[in-house]
Amino acid sequence: MIMRRIIFALTLLLPAVALSAGGGIELQKAHNDITDIASLQTGAKLFVNYCMGCHSAKYVRFQRIGKDLGLTDDELKENLMFNTEKVGDTMSIAMGDNDAKKWFGAAPPDLSVIARARGTDWLYSYLLSFYLDPSRPLGVNNLVFKDVGMPHVLWERQGWQKPVYEDVTNESDQTHKVIKSLELVDEADKEKAEQYKKDMRNLVNFLEYIGEPAKLERHSLGWKVLLFLLFFLGLAIALKKEYWRDIH
Amino acid sequence: MNKILTASTEWVDTRFPLTKMWNEHLAQYYAPKNFNFWYYFGSLALLVLVLQIITGIFLAVNYKPDAALAFGSVEYIMRDVDYGWLIRYMHSTGGSFFFLIIYLHMFRALMYGSYKKPRELLWIIGMLIYACLMAESFLGYLLPWGQMSFWGAQVIISLFGAIPYFGEDLTVWIRGDYVVADATLNRFFVYHVVLVPIILLALVAVHIIALHEVGSNNPDGVEIKKNKDPKTGIPLDGIPFHPYYTVKDIVGIVVFLILFFGVVFYAPAFGGYFIEYNNFFPADPMKTPEHIAPLWYFTPFYAILRAVPDKLLGVVAMGGSIVVLFLLPWLDRSSVKSIRYKGWIFKFALVLFVISFFGLGYLGMQPVTPMKTYFAQLFTFIYFAFFLLMPWYSKMDKTKPVPDRVTD
Repeated sequence: MIMRRIIFALTLLLPAVALSAGGGIELQKAHNDITDIASLQTGAKLFVNYCMGCHSAKYVRFQRIGKDLGLTDDELKENLMFNTEKVGDTMSIAMGDNDAKKWFGAAPPDLSVIARARGTDWLYSYLLSFYLDPSRPLGVNNLVFKDVGMPHVLWERQGWQKPVYEDVTNESDQTHKVIKSLELVDEADKEKAEQYKKDMRNLVNFLEYIGEPAKLERHSLGWKVLLFLLFFLGLAIALKKEYWRDIH
Repeated sequence: MNKILTASTEWVDTRFPLTKMWNEHLAQYYAPKNFNFWYYFGSLALLVLVLQIITGIFLAVNYKPDAALAFGSVEYIMRDVDYGWLIRYMHSTGGSFFFLIIYLHMFRALMYGSYKKPRELLWIIGMLIYACLMAESFLGYLLPWGQMSFWGAQVIISLFGAIPYFGEDLTVWIRGDYVVADATLNRFFVYHVVLVPIILLALVAVHIIALHEVGSNNPDGVEIKKNKDPKTGIPLDGIPFHPYYTVKDIVGIVVFLILFFGVVFYAPAFGGYFIEYNNFFPADPMKTPEHIAPLWYFTPFYAILRAVPDKLLGVVAMGGSIVVLFLLPWLDRSSVKSIRYKGWIFKFALVLFVISFFGLGYLGMQPVTPMKTYFAQLFTFIYFAFFLLMPWYSKMDKTKPVPDRVTD
């Protein structure tokens, strides 16, 4: 009897498990690859040109990027470093948190580990989901991060998007509009918008890389350690068998 | 060469019982020959303890217990310190594996009655180690100074505020401030790297001494000391720990290391279970996260806390769920130790207990809904019933006869 109740209880849990996985807007997959050095280089360039106006990545050193992305010190200075002299410097910015709070309502967060906190799919979707919203102080809103303080810095590369609404009726028969999807304001931007998606994949790729530069190293060292341990396991088992032969 | 060795051993032995200790704890410590899978976790726990201490020392060298610097110093370790990322991941993964091993170790005791006479004190010392480990983990989790570090500590410390009369004062005393702040971080660092490890190490030493005094239990729950060779006085079913169990434990250790390093190298965050994603947001006292959950090994107790509507009673229930474990040796009135010779009632109760424990563990990670609270209450009830009704059902249970000697 109790057992049956337990099983019943467990089956009731199942939908809860399924439901808790969803929630909110469905994110688009970033499908980025941190071993793609060319993509990381493009992402790095976008990052210093567009993001670093307001966001720092204060735990990341230019030198490390150069080392991991195959850039010489001169290439680093020419392409990625505009405000700093020394390659050993971190990606800091001049804007103070207090000023930023005044201008945007909230200080733009440091982006060193943002990919670890948010996940790459979230970042990718966020960067694709800015839309025109006259009710906001800067005229834009975001589907993934509602009422975000950040303007659509990259609008020139994407073109503006506007929301497509659909009517939704809730349980108490009230109908209200919700945003179904976003579409380009100007159809002529279509090609640009496609390129923008690729750009954002590269940018997110770079963000994932700076989130954990050791990841590249981690994967290449890991299998060697595991291979050694597997070999050692064979030895250990042989040793154990040898010693235990006389135990009955 | 051999001569010099013998001479120096003798020299030491007249001044310190080196050979005597070696024999008592390894070469002439007789362990039952029928240990199975469940008997690997004692030595594995010791291994992880050593790993945590060594990696912890390396981390402490570069870590800064300062609210303004802590988060950055962890990133410094992850990026600029040579192999700092490896040391840090070994330490964070080690924390989760430590609990995994300890839970399996405790479950072994539950299955084979290893807490029963004459091992009551051994069990209690083990429970003290577990309590210390919980404290150690809780203290250490504040150090990365992320959002979960901060708010997790805030929630748990505020629980002490539920204590009548002096609760609120107590929380201020613990934090050293009115909220979790720099003072809290600084003292938690000291407790984490000095205070608790000292107690932990002492308790582990006492645990091993107590074990070697009473002797190890085994899957049959047979006392091997009852059947000794009349000539040598050695238990007939016992074999010297060294070399037999040392070579066997090496196999267990290597298998463990394969799993451990598999996680360290390929899934250190383990899908957010070993390192929570939200902890990559730096601690922000002005921004309360929507959902605060402890790491997986605390979630069963967190679920018990949330299952009780009243704050004080919730705290009492959570504390009680740990305290009741201490009483286990006196709750079990069965005439046999091992599950192999216990009847269906105990087996059934144990299955229910395991389901509840996992159920609570799952629910403790989830945001609260009325349905989930209902299940948390049901599982909490089963959790306590398993222990508190044990004096009756363990006595009623029909046991099988226990053999004189160990079976395979």
